[in-house]
Amino acid sequence: MSDVAVRTIGLGKMYRIGAEQEKYPTLRDTMVRAAKRPIERIRHPGAATHTSETFWALKGLDIEVRQGEVLGIIGRNGAGKSTLLKVLSHITEPTEGRAEIRGRVASLLEVGTGMHGELTGRENIYLNGAILGMTRAEIKSKFDEIVGFSEIGHFLDTPVKRYSSGMYVRLAFAVAANLDPEVLIVDEVLAVGDAEFQRKCLGRMDKVAHEGRTVLFVSHNMGAVKNLCSRAIQLNGGRIAREGDPQEVTEAYLRDSLVRAESLEDVEAAIKKLPIDPIFRLRGVVVRQNGYPTTAVRNGEPVEIEISYSLLERTRGVRVLFDLLDDAENIILSSHHDDDANTIMTVDPGDYVSTAAIPADLLAPRPFEVRVNARIGNGRWLTGDGVRIPITVEATNDINTVFHDWLRPRLQPRIPWHTVQLTESSSDRSGDA
Amino acid sequence: MGKPFVIYERKRGWAALDLRELWSYRELLYFLTWRDVLVRYKQAVLGVAWAILQPFLTMVVFTLVFNRTLGVKSPDPTLPYAVFSFSGLLAWQFFAGALSRSGVSLVGNASLLTKVYFPRLVIPSSAVLAGLVDFVISFVILLVIMAFYGIAPAWHVVFLPLFVLLAMATALAVSLWLSALNVLYRDVQYLIPFLVQLWMFVSPVIYPIDKIPAGALRIVFSLNPMTGVIGGFRWALLGQQFPGRYMWISIGVVVVLLVGGLFYFKRMERVFADVV
Repeated sequence: MSDVAVRTIGLGKMYRIGAEQEKYPTLRDTMVRAAKRPIERIRHPGAATHTSETFWALKGLDIEVRQGEVLGIIGRNGAGKSTLLKVLSHITEPTEGRAEIRGRVASLLEVGTGMHGELTGRENIYLNGAILGMTRAEIKSKFDEIVGFSEIGHFLDTPVKRYSSGMYVRLAFAVAANLDPEVLIVDEVLAVGDAEFQRKCLGRMDKVAHEGRTVLFVSHNMGAVKNLCSRAIQLNGGRIAREGDPQEVTEAYLRDSLVRAESLEDVEAAIKKLPIDPIFRLRGVVVRQNGYPTTAVRNGEPVEIEISYSLLERTRGVRVLFDLLDDAENIILSSHHDDDANTIMTVDPGDYVSTAAIPADLLAPRPFEVRVNARIGNGRWLTGDGVRIPITVEATNDINTVFHDWLRPRLQPRIPWHTVQLTESSSDRSGDA
Repeated sequence: MGKPFVIYERKRGWAALDLRELWSYRELLYFLTWRDVLVRYKQAVLGVAWAILQPFLTMVVFTLVFNRTLGVKSPDPTLPYAVFSFSGLLAWQFFAGALSRSGVSLVGNASLLTKVYFPRLVIPSSAVLAGLVDFVISFVILLVIMAFYGIAPAWHVVFLPLFVLLAMATALAVSLWLSALNVLYRDVQYLIPFLVQLWMFVSPVIYPIDKIPAGALRIVFSLNPMTGVIGGFRWALLGQQFPGRYMWISIGVVVVLLVGGLFYFKRMERVFADVV
């Protein structure tokens, strides 16, 4: 009992999910809805009204984490992982049950929170440290360590808006990593930064754990969970689906999470397995080349991804997207249907088809997976883990065909090169002589 | 570890203010205020000049339009209208600036609200405090203008900090309501500039309070807490007549607004992260 660091008892979190309510309701909307509600009550007696549609992100969750444990939390998008971390970091309040935490909690839900582009690195260290709950004296005493860890060196007094994204992330992580919490909450920070920096972050997490502190680690990176965690739980629909040895949990998770379409015929079956969303229905996904559906595509010509879907309510910020994954589950690229709009679009209800074209001369001849998803803004996922369609790319362009191309990475775009000869080499001249 | 458990669960009804927690976050309040000030002066090309020009030019326009053209006079023949209006503007612009900044402050810091825990009161409070730098600059200009007209500050000036506090309390009280409402209803951010504009015309910035006929109407005007604040500023700085019972009405309104605002804010605080 005495060594429990984090405990949840019957923890539940409910969200209301009227799509209009998701973001920015206006006073007018509220008044219109208030006026409509009695009418709806009369027209559909007993039916859930628009505003009373609810959704339990977490339900009846009992977790106990002992001090010094590194608990991996895995699960599909929408399984409740982020909500759990938000409750544990006191950002949002549980609807029922309770969470008990011993000691200071630091959450790396998103590094760089509160950093300001106009301020210098030095100023941001103080600001970010204060936001994360450090006192000025504490920041001062750790200042050199933070600067050293971040490797920003002589850019310390440069406004961070001039930093490269790598430097920015390193600085932000350095502040958070030096917080010395009793409980460290980490959510996918490892998705940022270069490989070298990721190793450093993982090392830091490992060190924190070895110092006898508790780490809660949410990740989609099964390798990291297997290597770093002493225990893992898998969430599904806000409840614990599996719990135990990280090796076993991650493998079991990978086995049954494969909602993959082996061919285009399987797409329909995969769509049926998606969680039902009150406002969004994915109708179909087709990969085409030259107008014909196919999963074996040639990299010399564009590949079209055609996504049909229905929206049941007028919604702000609905985005349809696809990711391209390589055979190691790395996301090679992501593209949203509103990438060109550069504004938040409000979409009327109706049936839609969005088609994306992956340009010719981009993909290397390798196996890939196209993963189609929909979400609202950067927030709620509308299609669970989405639908995956494996594609194989064959080399049909004339890039790099003389040499063996299996050493090429995942992308092989046609990049214009220009080479000029500046001088004749001396060996040639001596040969001439 | 002997540390006690911190328990997070749903709080029902009206949450307690938890002043001790707020006190433990005083450094964050300082840093967020410092950030607002730093960013404001770094981003603006004119920087400090902007803080000087804005009240000064407003005063010049007021003097030309209201005093010279429309014949609005200061209540005391020995007091130039320029000094009279500037002393009102000093309080007013602090209030208006604080309201405009902190009304949208929660939404503007949405990324903080959804990522880190701290008492949310810190955000609108820091936006109010950040206006103090501009206030000090304006105050110095007022002293210069007074020196130009050969007017020495009244000895009451020692009470000025009390009225600055009252102005801050007023700004915070209104901001608590507006910033929390703005999280729920984005209309509020469009309402704020309009509100600030109208509010100035019903506050005795341009005209003296005696212009309002004594009786019921003047009582209604003194329900506006800025009436008391501006009257207090003119009493402390220029030795004008003390606003008397209108001051006490104003203070009463501020207290009601502030206490109500604090409780409303604390009540809404719980859903900020889910809604913003």
